[in-house]
Order: sequence, then structure tokens, then C-alpha cells
Amino acid sequence: MTESVSPVPPTPATPEPEERRSRTQGLGPWILLGPPGLWLLLLLVLPVLVIFELSLVPGIRPGDLVNPSGLDNYVEILKPIYLRVILRTVGFAGASTAICLLLGFPVAYWIALMSPRRWRNALVVAFVLPLWTSSLLRSYAWITILRPTGVLNSFLATFGIPQLDLLNQNAAVLIGMSYSFLPYMVLILYSSLEKLDRRLLEAASDLGATPVQAFWQVTVPQSIQGIAAGSLLVFISSLGDFINPELLGGASSMTASRLIYNQFLGATQNWGFGSSLSMVIILAVSAAIALLIRYGDATPKT
Amino acid sequence: MTTILPTPPEDPTDPMAKRLKPQLSWQGVFSGVMYFLMYLPILVLTVYSFNESPYSAGWKGFTLTWYAKLFSDYRILEALRTSLLVALVAVAVAAVLGTMVAVGLARYQFWGKRLYLGMSYLPTIVPDIAIAVATLVFLAALAIPLSVWTIVAAHVVFCLAYVAIVVSTRLGDLDPHLEEAALDLGATPLQSFFQVLLPQLAPGILSGCLLAFVLSLDDFLIASFTAGNGATTLPMEIFSRIRTGVKPDVNALSALLISFSAAIALSSEYFRYRSERKKVN
Repeated sequence: MTESVSPVPPTPATPEPEERRSRTQGLGPWILLGPPGLWLLLLLVLPVLVIFELSLVPGIRPGDLVNPSGLDNYVEILKPIYLRVILRTVGFAGASTAICLLLGFPVAYWIALMSPRRWRNALVVAFVLPLWTSSLLRSYAWITILRPTGVLNSFLATFGIPQLDLLNQNAAVLIGMSYSFLPYMVLILYSSLEKLDRRLLEAASDLGATPVQAFWQVTVPQSIQGIAAGSLLVFISSLGDFINPELLGGASSMTASRLIYNQFLGATQNWGFGSSLSMVIILAVSAAIALLIRYGDATPKT
Repeated sequence: MTTILPTPPEDPTDPMAKRLKPQLSWQGVFSGVMYFLMYLPILVLTVYSFNESPYSAGWKGFTLTWYAKLFSDYRILEALRTSLLVALVAVAVAAVLGTMVAVGLARYQFWGKRLYLGMSYLPTIVPDIAIAVATLVFLAALAIPLSVWTIVAAHVVFCLAYVAIVVSTRLGDLDPHLEEAALDLGATPLQSFFQVLLPQLAPGILSGCLLAFVLSLDDFLIASFTAGNGATTLPMEIFSRIRTGVKPDVNALSALLISFSAAIALSSEYFRYRSERKKVN
């Protein structure tokens, strides 16, 4: 699991020494990398190019001739009604990133630095284990918990606390998203905190730093790459999340991915508009990754 | 990856550990609460799958009705069959292609390698909705009829990427000299690949496959965009049912699927643990 969630592709084995490089490569690269490359080219790269082309066709429906004629679909996104959807999507992603960071950091810190050493691996595995279960069903479980006659309200009622109606609200979407992506955050923060040099913390406390000072001036700067990588991963995942807004949110929690879904499988069939929205998501994600790569490289490795 | 290594015995001279160990910290309590919350939804679904009352939150008595109903539900069983077919075929293809990517990228230097690397990790980063849209539009542009096989083709894309990532990590930990030794001892490249490299990679490939298998079974968006009218996978069937509210037989299905994925997750961790141990010895 650890490998699967890293937003930055792990670099493959380091370049081999001369002896290996001098071996004639011959047809090797073509035989090994050709077939998978072709598959990805056909079913990933080419399709993205095709939706880019389609995004330039206004009001296209299945069966129409493709006749790229301008940026109308992109201008459409700037209409206030759609702009609000985009802003809400970014807002959800930002908020769930903040929640995951806030909730995930203490957990990762505790596992990496405070829990008994022999339990650490088991503790990490236990925290990410729910990721292996169906994301659809995990969101569905929150319906059972949050609905008016659900678990939460029965629980509150036994204490005489007034009922909460969270389902079909933005709050429910945020709960679902944060729940879905928290394990990624903890996993990445853990692997970053685990490498933390404890002697620095000791030195800080020997030199008279309070625990709070030590945290902000030693722990946080030392784990900033993990914080950045974890936040980016949660942000990207939330940005493209469809299931949580669809199942837990109401009509007022329309997000970009729900809007895209509707352009293809919903009532409003507008493939051109849906394609342009998808292109915006792809570009937003690429920009976020580019930022991380630049930022990650710029961070001094002290 | 050092995290998975069997940990050395506790260092008694580590003053930090000694100072922190006996205390009940707020971080520990907080983590306990978070662990509880992580498992709460799973717990709730499981408990409710045995609840006699279909819709209320209260406990009305133990029943196995929902499980019985589930096993006589033709549409669920058919969807499960489709999902398993898709996952098995996609993972089988992805296991071969993904391993080829990992080995090829580790072994060869060539022009455009970074581009190729980026392309092979793209499916793990680009949101599912964008991949789903792109695949649907592309298939429509080529007038390829949607079926269960278009789902398989689309699933191979992301399964391949995950297998490649997991195998790459494993490959980075291997001793490159073993393969060279085999070559020096007169093995053909093909022999050394199948008899030296592949056995060493097997645990990594297996754990990558298990991950890809679970992701394929879980996928809703890509499958619903590439399925057309011909095929319904299990997540699609579940989605169409829970859209309209809480369904007790879906609770039963959830409990079963969750136990199933937990078993797969644990076996994947086990294989990885074993492969790590082998490496150390």
C-alpha cells in the first residue's frame, strides 16, 4: 500500500554502473516497454487528446460530427452558475485537505514517535486497512450514520441533545471526503515523521525550547515535504471525488465531477462541455503536481 | 521502505523513547479516537446487516434474512460475476504489462524515459472521472461498441500503473549482481529473466496484483462510463440501489465485501512482509 499512494512516482533503480550500460540494449527496451506503452498511449494519452479536441466543439452530442470551432465550452465554465460549482469543488478540496492535515498529523506523530516501536508497522497497516474496502460502501455507511434517523442522532437523542440534520449538506460531503482520504495523509506523514532525527528534538529541549517551540521549529520544518505531499494527494483526490458529493451531498453540493458525470451519463447530454470541464480538472491536477515537484526540490534537505 | 523491516530490539539508551513511553499522551488518546472513527462506518454496516428492522436505527433483533435475500438476488450475483471477470482478466494482463514496465524502466536508459515514466504513473494521479470521460469519448470516436471488454481494457490502464509502482519498489531493493552472475555463468538473458529475476520479483508482483484487483473491484466511475448497456459491475449495481436510500440487503453485501477485502489486504501485507524478510536474510 505504501507505494501505491505516493503522488510522486518513485524513481526506479538508480542508473547502473558502466558495466551494465555498456551492455548492448538491442531490442530489449522495445520488447519490454513497447506493449505496455502502446496500451497506455491508446487508452490514456490519445483519449485525453481526443477530449481536448472535443472540448473545442460547442454543444456536441453523441453522433454529431466533430468540428472544433472555438473556446465556447471554456467560456461557458465562466458563467456564474458553473463558476460557483468550480469554486465549491476547490473549497471542498481545500477544506478536506485542512481537516485531514489537522486530524492526521497527531495520529502520524503518535505512531511514528510515541507508540511502542514494535507495534508501529501494525499500527500503520491498521490505520490504512479501511482503504482496501469499497469506497462506495464507506460513503454509504456515512448515510446510515448521518441520516435523520441514523446512528448519530439516536446516539445524541440518548443524551437529550437536539437532532442534527447533516445528510445532504455540505458538512456531510466534507465528513465523507475527509474520512475517505485521511489514511493517505497519515501514511505519507508517517513515512516523513518516521525519518525525523530525534536528536534534534532532544537538542531543542536541552537548549530550553518548550515542546510547542520544538514542534514548530524542528518537527514541522523537518516534515514539510511530507506535509506538502500528503496535502497535495488529499487535495487532488478530493478535487476529482465523485462518490462523496453524489451520495452525501444534496442538490446544493454540486461539484465539478458531478457536473461532468451529468454531461455524459445524466440528463443533460453535452459532451463538449463535459470534455472542457474534464480538461480543466486535468490541468488543475497537473499544475498542482508541477507545484509540488518544484516546491519539493526547492526544500533544503537539512 | 525501511518501515517494513523487522525492527531491531528497543535501544535502551534512547532517552527519548524512555521519557515518552510510560505517559498517556493526548496524542495517544486522540489517535485512539481516530482509529475508532476509521472503523466506525465499517462496524455500523456490519452490525446493521444483522438487524431485523430494515430502516430504523434501533436494534430490533438478530436476523440472517438479508444475507438469504442477497444470495437469491439474481442481479447482485450477475453483477458480482461481471466484476470478478473484469478484475481477473484486467489484473492478469496488467501483471504482465506492469512488470514489463518496471523491469524495462529499471534496466534501460533511453531518450524520453522521463516522459514514459510520467505516462505510466499518470493513471494513479489523474482523477477517475477524467480518465472515464476520456476513455468513453475515445471509444465513441472510434465507434467501438461498449461491453464488458471495454471495461477490462480501461481497467488494465490503472491496474498496470499500480503493478508497475509496486514492482518498481521491489526491484529497487534487489541485488542487481544476481542477474549479472547468472549471465556470467552462461545463462541466456531469457533464462536469467525467468529463473533469477522473476522468482525474486514474485512477491512484489503478487502484492501489486492484489492491490490492482481490489481497485478494479472497487471502481465505479470508469466502469460505468465504459460499460454501455451490456454490462453491470457490482459497484454500478450497488450505486443504483443506494442512491435512493438505505437498503438492508446492501448492508449484508457490504459486510461480506468488507471481510473479503480485509482478507486480501492482510494477505498482501503478509506477502510483502515475507518478501522484506527474505531480503534481509
